[in-house]
Amino acid sequence: MSELSEDILATAAAWRAAGEDVALATVVQTWGSSPRPPGSRLAMTASGKLAGSVSGGCIEGAVADAARQTMASGTPQVLDFGVTDERAWEVGLACGGKVKVFVEKLA
Amino acid sequence: MKADLLARLQAAQAAKQPVALVTRLTDGLQLLWPQDEAPAPLVEAARTALQEDAAQNVEYEGAAWFVHPHNPPLRLIIVGAVHIAQALVPMAQPLGFAVTVVDPRRAWATADRFPGITLIHEWTDDAMAQLAPDSRTAVVTLTHDPKLDDPALDVSLKSAAFYIGALGSRRTHAKRLERLAALGHPPEALALIKSPVGLDIAAVTAAEIGLSIIAEIVAVRRGAALGTRARTPVAA
Repeated sequence: MSELSEDILATAAAWRAAGEDVALATVVQTWGSSPRPPGSRLAMTASGKLAGSVSGGCIEGAVADAARQTMASGTPQVLDFGVTDERAWEVGLACGGKVKVFVEKLA
Repeated sequence: MKADLLARLQAAQAAKQPVALVTRLTDGLQLLWPQDEAPAPLVEAARTALQEDAAQNVEYEGAAWFVHPHNPPLRLIIVGAVHIAQALVPMAQPLGFAVTVVDPRRAWATADRFPGITLIHEWTDDAMAQLAPDSRTAVVTLTHDPKLDDPALDVSLKSAAFYIGALGSRRTHAKRLERLAALGHPPEALALIKSPVGLDIAAVTAAEIGLSIIAEIVAVRRGAALGTRARTPVAA
């Protein structure tokens, strides 16, 4: 499950060392059909760089929006996406599953 | 995540130590087990997460915690620095396998043929004993030479390796099973050897055979039905 996750962490650490604001998003729970298992990571910078994934691409945009808030505030967030969540319809979780994502700043 | 915790996590990974990153989701508090002390329920979840290589969600003292295992890479030990091995190596690496190639024949096991790969030139039983395959290790023998393949299989069969595959025709394998049985391996252990090696995709080229082997290793690891298919009984 941790395939190449060290690369994502190393990438995040390198971005941070270069002075960028960095956030990490991690899939913590899934229900039903969802493309990425718990533990999958997405690293992001305030400048828009991305490494890894937390879905097949359907929620990354919304996660990046939340990550920008977390980078600014330093406060972590838990995001729920799923068929019962209006926001998921907005961002289009086409797989029909549900996924919970933890977003934190790399301090 | 704090920078120093990330650095400790990366150091543990570099040292191939299994660690679990434990996060309180309500406020992002984190610790790294077993380096940091943790309350018993979280320790138990961390053990389970590492053992099953699966993240755990725990409720503790009214808060949701996420327990994220970071195990060392899976290992693939290839016995035989042959053409198929050259094809197999670059397929196995992005799938998360740390690859070691064992071949006492130095003309085959060269850094030119296997750039950046750990090469072991000792005799295969000594090499395998040192490498000590565990439950996160796959072993595949490709030399076609019983002098090299058999000792490696002998050691592997006594190990916890989750996958053991051996290249060779059904006839070759039947003779191999006789030799390994003579070494004292019971039929149920011998039945675990995947041979003919790889999923049956009618592979012809070295790259296709490499693909069939790595696909079978993934299938076995993930518990897919393809990985447990019954082999055609070997004619005596």
